[in-house]
Amino acid sequence: MKKIKVSLFYPAGDVSKPITYHLVKDFDLVINILHADISLNKMGKLVLDIEGEEENIEKGLKFIDEIGIKYKMFTKSIIWQEDDCVHCGACTAVCPSNALKMDKTEWNLTFEQEKCLVCELCVKSCPLNVMCVSL
Amino acid sequence: MAYKSFDEINEKIKSGKAVVVTADEIVDIVEEKGISKAAKEIDVVTTATFGPMCSSGMFINFGHSDPPIRMNKVWLNDVPAYAGIAAVDAYIGATELSETKGMEYGGAHVIEDLIAGKDIKLYAESYGTDCYPRKEISTYINKENINQAYMFNPRNAYQNYNAATNSSDRILYTYMGTLLPQYGNITYSTSGQLSPLLNDPTYRTIGIGTRVFIGGAQGYVAWEGTQHNPGQTRGENGVPVGSAGTLALIGDIKMMDKRFIRAAVYEKYGISMFVGIGIPIPILDEEMLKFTAVKDSEIFTNIYDYSVPNRARPVLKTVSYAELRSGNIELNGKSVSTAPMSSLKKAREIADILKQQIINGEFLLTQPVSAIPAANKMNRLDVRGVENEKD
Ligand code: SF4
Ligand code: SF4
Repeated sequence: MKKIKVSLFYPAGDVSKPITYHLVKDFDLVINILHADISLNKMGKLVLDIEGEEENIEKGLKFIDEIGIKYKMFTKSIIWQEDDCVHCGACTAVCPSNALKMDKTEWNLTFEQEKCLVCELCVKSCPLNVMCVSL
Repeated sequence: MAYKSFDEINEKIKSGKAVVVTADEIVDIVEEKGISKAAKEIDVVTTATFGPMCSSGMFINFGHSDPPIRMNKVWLNDVPAYAGIAAVDAYIGATELSETKGMEYGGAHVIEDLIAGKDIKLYAESYGTDCYPRKEISTYINKENINQAYMFNPRNAYQNYNAATNSSDRILYTYMGTLLPQYGNITYSTSGQLSPLLNDPTYRTIGIGTRVFIGGAQGYVAWEGTQHNPGQTRGENGVPVGSAGTLALIGDIKMMDKRFIRAAVYEKYGISMFVGIGIPIPILDEEMLKFTAVKDSEIFTNIYDYSVPNRARPVLKTVSYAELRSGNIELNGKSVSTAPMSSLKKAREIADILKQQIINGEFLLTQPVSAIPAANKMNRLDVRGVENEKD
């Protein structure tokens, strides 16, 4: 089993449903939609976690390619240097996926790597340079 | 209940009998015991805040070199410091930018590095005088080889502050953080029910001479802060709705700890400094206890649209800190997520440390030598004369 994270880019209109349907049905993949940004008349963007046999993932990506949808694999990831964090919360203001959240009891920052879209908004919004990108 | 004086409370602290709780803990205690019983039992309530405070800086005296120099231009790690005072005195402001690194490094970083014990490059120029012949100096300083270094912050511990949002179509980079377009988020900056001046809304116990915890050291309230505005609109509980009182604080840099002073860089805005402040409030009587029992649901602030570039920004909504802390606020029929800018976690840590120091007899209370003003007139800067004429 293997797990990858990809962004799909497609022209106007919502085609996310048929894509995910085929990936699940035809290639036996487990799909988790992390983020969907579908605005009419604009480019759509879908961020997916895809889990399955390596071979099936490859077939699935080939299918996406064949139907004319561009995709990009996640190669970078975000690192939270927790020891330097003061838990101010400024980064949570910009995180689109709720990967960064404030714990409502202790008021410390929590970071769920799986939900991260690597949009890098937090990197710039952290006043202490605590969030960084690893290549 | 009878009035308890500062001296009586200090006697209890010295004999290890003082009952000290934080401004968070007092909320539950009052709910359980009621005001008058709690007022009898509790002697001190500790308050704290840990947020970005731009109006901060440090006075420093370098000592004399041989031959001596009357420094009239000073740079610390390439950050300009103000040297228009005596020969080897200077003041470096937290927001001053490095001349080589720009917004990456500034006055706040110099202060943080000095506290951390690092060497800092000092470069100074002079026109040279008969008594101070040297015209240039380049050396390294650190907290061991300088004379006095004290933080003097003209405006800290704001009593309440605005919340910010952005109605425009573009991202705004502000001192209230990154504001996403079309009411994409709301940011706020306070420790709310734990915040010093929100627990003493009429400045009965916090005044000139009050001993405070600042950056890990013991310091003092030196004066009212700049833009001190006690005349702000207030709720029935006396708590101001929006920015009101402020404090000018002073404290010994050499005694400070990097855990409580942190340089901050706000994208496309500039540099600020997180300052950790703790202030004890003596429970002189029931009124003081009632003040300290204030909770987030009873403290209100206004949400402003920061995309309006005028002084008179419209108030979009008045909300309580309990609502802001919930994570979402309804604005124009839409649920908007909220985010803090100041660290409640660190503020709680400071309130706890201060509580422990008082319990251990290491921190005594001081009665203000003079009160800070309870009324004022806020002036605004009007543009007069020929526009943009410098000389
Ligand atoms: S903005 Fe930076 S310091 Fe503040 S909570 Fe996020 S990671 Fe921590
Ligand atoms: S890069 Fe940062 S802001 Fe973007 S999704 Fe990941 S954690 Fe959130």
